[in-house]
Amino acid sequence: MAADPLSRVFSALADPTRRDIVARLAVGDATVNELAAPYDVTVQAVSKHLKVLEDAGLVSRSREAQRRPVHLEANVFDLMTKWIERYRRQAEERYRRLDDVLRSMPDEPPAPTRQEGTPS
Amino acid sequence: MTSTTHRETRIVADPDVPLVRITREFDAPPEKVFRAHTDPDLVAQWLGPRDLTMTIDHYDCRTGGSYRYVHSRDGEDYGFHGSFHEVRPNELIVQTFTFEGMPDGVALEKLVLEDIGGGRTRLTATSLVDSFADRDAFVASGMETGVVEGYERLDEILARS
Repeated sequence: MAADPLSRVFSALADPTRRDIVARLAVGDATVNELAAPYDVTVQAVSKHLKVLEDAGLVSRSREAQRRPVHLEANVFDLMTKWIERYRRQAEERYRRLDDVLRSMPDEPPAPTRQEGTPS
Repeated sequence: MTSTTHRETRIVADPDVPLVRITREFDAPPEKVFRAHTDPDLVAQWLGPRDLTMTIDHYDCRTGGSYRYVHSRDGEDYGFHGSFHEVRPNELIVQTFTFEGMPDGVALEKLVLEDIGGGRTRLTATSLVDSFADRDAFVASGMETGVVEGYERLDEILARS
């Protein structure tokens, strides 16, 4: 069981049903019954998915006794997306530099000499 | 599975295994991409972040070889080293990676080059560490302070919820 917060977010989103629930909550709050409607599963099963999303901090439920609409904590979601996007962008920047290096390289290697490590 | 899909670099942080996988295509044949990964003079031109000076101590990219390089900024040095476990020309590089600031931590990295025709190459780079905490720290390391702040803010938000 992943213990740290970010891993809980990743794990929570590993499931396609939970991703779909998150996508629908992005449009607006919904009750458990409303969320369960399109799926061929019980309200109980959807509640279990919501519990995982809730534990990961991705959704919250209001205390309104009857309806208890589920709310997407968009800021958590945004932060996680930003987090991985930065890492991706960093890799992309590195690979753009590699693009430049590749463009500057001659088509044939100069000579098949192996460059040995020489500690400086 | 959490991923962002772009025409450029694709990245996947696996939810079940502490790994990060990056995929990228290059307008160059595998031979060239491989050479840019093994020739230290070429490696120095692209591997380090732009705002850091990269000094290669040694870079002996062959099976059983090893490497060490240092990134420097404002008088601060960040050393990295590892071993080349398996190197197969134009196809595969398996290596370890350690940030000397966290010497007990190690990532196992696998780089696969695929010829996708038309003089192009698909590169798949997988980094595997031994815990999710290490994976997330690994992803967070080397990123700008904004990310660390973002991560701290995320912790705060998650602690509140």
